Amino acid sequence: MIRCIRHAAALCLLLLAALLVNAVRVQVFQAPELDRNPANRRVVMARYADPRGDIVVDGVPVTGSKDTRQPLRHERTYTDGPLYAPVTGLASQTYGTTLLENAEDPVLSGTSPMLAPFPFVHDLGRTRPAGGNVVTTVREPLQRLAYEGLAGRRGAVAAVEPSSGRILALVSSPSYDPGLLSGTGREVAAAWARLNAAPDQPMLNRALRQTYPPGSTFKIVTAAAALDAGVVTDVDAPTDAPEPYLLPGTRTVLPNEAKGCGNASLAYAIRWSCNTVMAHLGVRVGAAGMLDAVARFGFNDASLRVPSAVARSNFDTEMTLDRLALSAIGQYDTTATPLQMALVAAAVANGGEIAQPHLVDRTTTADGDTVAQHVRRTYRQAMLPPTALRLQQLMVSVVDGGSGSNAAIEGARVGGKTGTAQHGVGNTGTPYAWFIGWAQGPGTGRPAVAVAVVVEDASANREDVSGGGSAAPIARSVMEAALREEERRDAERLGAHRRAVAPPVR
Amino acid sequence: MTAKRRGVELTLLVGAVLISVLGYVDVGLARSGAVPPDAAAYGAGLGLLALLAHLAVRFRAPYADPLLLPIAVLLNGLGLVLIYRLDLETPDDHAAPTQLVWSTLGVAFFIAVVVLLRDHRTLQGYAYVSVAAALLLLLVPIFFPAVNGAKIWIRIGGFSFQPGEFAKILLAVFFAAYLAANRHALAYSGRRVWGVQLPTGRVLGPIVAIWLVSVGVLVLERDLGTSLLFFGLFVILLYVATGRTGWVAVGLLLASAGAFVVGGLEPHVHGRVEDWLHPFASIEAGRGPGQLAQSLFAFAAGGMLGTGLGLGESVLIGFAAKSDFILATAGEELGLAGLTAVFLLYALLVARGFGTGLALRDPFGRLLATGLSSIPALQVFVITGGVMGLIPLTGMAMPFLAQGGSSVVTNWIIVALLIRLSDSARAPEPRGAPPGAVLPVVEEVR
Repeated sequence: MIRCIRHAAALCLLLLAALLVNAVRVQVFQAPELDRNPANRRVVMARYADPRGDIVVDGVPVTGSKDTRQPLRHERTYTDGPLYAPVTGLASQTYGTTLLENAEDPVLSGTSPMLAPFPFVHDLGRTRPAGGNVVTTVREPLQRLAYEGLAGRRGAVAAVEPSSGRILALVSSPSYDPGLLSGTGREVAAAWARLNAAPDQPMLNRALRQTYPPGSTFKIVTAAAALDAGVVTDVDAPTDAPEPYLLPGTRTVLPNEAKGCGNASLAYAIRWSCNTVMAHLGVRVGAAGMLDAVARFGFNDASLRVPSAVARSNFDTEMTLDRLALSAIGQYDTTATPLQMALVAAAVANGGEIAQPHLVDRTTTADGDTVAQHVRRTYRQAMLPPTALRLQQLMVSVVDGGSGSNAAIEGARVGGKTGTAQHGVGNTGTPYAWFIGWAQGPGTGRPAVAVAVVVEDASANREDVSGGGSAAPIARSVMEAALREEERRDAERLGAHRRAVAPPVR
Repeated sequence: MTAKRRGVELTLLVGAVLISVLGYVDVGLARSGAVPPDAAAYGAGLGLLALLAHLAVRFRAPYADPLLLPIAVLLNGLGLVLIYRLDLETPDDHAAPTQLVWSTLGVAFFIAVVVLLRDHRTLQGYAYVSVAAALLLLLVPIFFPAVNGAKIWIRIGGFSFQPGEFAKILLAVFFAAYLAANRHALAYSGRRVWGVQLPTGRVLGPIVAIWLVSVGVLVLERDLGTSLLFFGLFVILLYVATGRTGWVAVGLLLASAGAFVVGGLEPHVHGRVEDWLHPFASIEAGRGPGQLAQSLFAFAAGGMLGTGLGLGESVLIGFAAKSDFILATAGEELGLAGLTAVFLLYALLVARGFGTGLALRDPFGRLLATGLSSIPALQVFVITGGVMGLIPLTGMAMPFLAQGGSSVVTNWIIVALLIRLSDSARAPEPRGAPPGAVLPVVEEVR
């Protein structure tokens, strides 16, 4: 009997040992495959288990997290959602992420390996570092003034700091509240359906993702091409441009809105926006020269990320001369995003160089330790520095009594260019009102801001739509805010400097 | 004189209670960042139960194995922690307080058995009473409505219990008593067929009949786990009693045939087999993960070290997460490391039980100890193998760990009987038999 009890004991312990072996099989060898199974909700639950990191504007988070106590525990919240939607994008449990929420998701959700100084510790404890923060370059006053300036009209504003490439404002109107889409359930689905079906396309990021014909604002690019190519050497010399201008190889006559454009100088043509002169110059620069020039401004670049992807601005690579002439004045197939046109203004303001545009200054851990800091670099050299200086003068003249006088700021040096872009079949659509420009505060060495404003203005009378009338005032208020900001920061820096060098008070 | 080792037991008990209380505190800290307000009360309650049980053993079974009680307290405490932890996910269903009440009742039974049963050989005289009670208990649930597909429950008022759980002990007592009395007849009488000595039908008949009735009833009630357990218990005890390997072969053959027939024909069982063979079929069919798939996900999520108490998502398993599938929570939150510890606790309990059987001198005691040790071993294998995809799933309760009143009480009685048996085994000679008990058979025949 003793022997048999031993056998029975051995059998029972063998059964328990088999369980242990099976546990090793499941928990060690099969675990990776089971973890990856799409029906395993743990991955998505872990994603929402902890609050998401925040997106910060001017030192204040514009996002938050709400603990719902549901399986997908934390939901995204937004303060001033519609205002910052073109910057933040959305983080939805149902519909995923877009824009910064998407581009910086590893940091915000805490999965970025950079957030864990000692990854081994986190692996061992199976904990995840808390979501980090994304500090943007956006300035709250500029963003707000631009959004309020559009006042619900369809349009967009992009503002950058020319010297650094920092994007100071990125506005799209009409906008939407991404907080409506954060969670799950019927209300979220209904909001999603409604926003997608809305004729105004509130979820479209017009500043980054929509391209418009740039119209006359594109004449800055053509002027830079002509100056760089040596087609024009003296901006005040006559350009031999006939008026009216017969498009090459056609019987179509290109008209002017402005007067006195016949054989006008480049300076006059920019100041009063002569179509004939600029179309003529574009043809003289030639297709190859124009393509070369537009590429230096960033046209036809589909890879630009800020870090959200920016739509490709288009200048056709193959076309007949008449179409080249139209393209040179921002018509035909030429299209640009508002950010692209802000970069055109920034190129002029910054001596021809375009600094890499970016929305994220730095990312930090939840405790505020910097994880990654944006390093300034050049995006493109758009034109030669002397060309930029000449164009600065020409753009200033547009504001000082030219078509852009609505953008003038007392005491500041402001350059600009208006545009009224035709579009639609047979140009029957309500034109887009454009303004691009830059502003330099008194006593400062370089312009503080470059801005592009586009107003679709579908509700206005066609005759009333003009870059100078609709878009320039918005640009002015944004530029004014930028100058005030610069002044304030300079004062702060000076104060800090004084404090630093002052002898200690006893 | 044999060492009593009661101090060792007390020390281990303190450790078991401390580990349970720390687990309870850990759940609170992980879930809400605060120590549960009733942690002290919980600790005091478990500690008091452990102390009372210890005192009963100290005064009434002073030579008992010092490991048995601490293992039971630790497993019971761990089960309470896991149930409490799962309660947090199901606000409408709080099972931990009820489980604590049942545990208290279990310990009361434990103390009653240790105090009242002075010698295990007394039970030998109640063999036929036991089997009658067992069959009655097994039959009664047929007259009650099915719960989740199995007719194994009796519901009276707000309380429900599984009589099959108590029947385990009664049948073990009967098998042990009957086989102890008839083992020579079973081994050496009857005709020879093809060189195999068959026992006479007069000896073998009653016990096979009782076993068949039990298993038949359980199959009718769709309690596959328990029928498998009874089958294993019967075969093991028959083998130990007769020493005939042939019984094991016959048993395995019968089991295979039975499993094949039942698995193929009975739709409920057939479904379980299908789930076992294809745990992810419902995912592929677009119906989301089934219970077994969710259980496997939980074990996988635990990995080597687990997510930590309170930090897993095993509640996704849904129905039966606190009972049949409670081990998945242990696997997810304590990891392979914690699971290994749990398996070792069961293995230690089983091994000490078998050790008691080896040390005892009377065949009844030996067979009873063997049977009582085999029950948790088989039960742990059947339920764990089921929830981890090793064998088809059969609903059963993890001893001490799972939610289930009758199960907890039964397991406490099993441990009490093992304590009583081990006290006899380790007590110094001579020891007088109480009046009326069958005298021990000292000599070993084979």
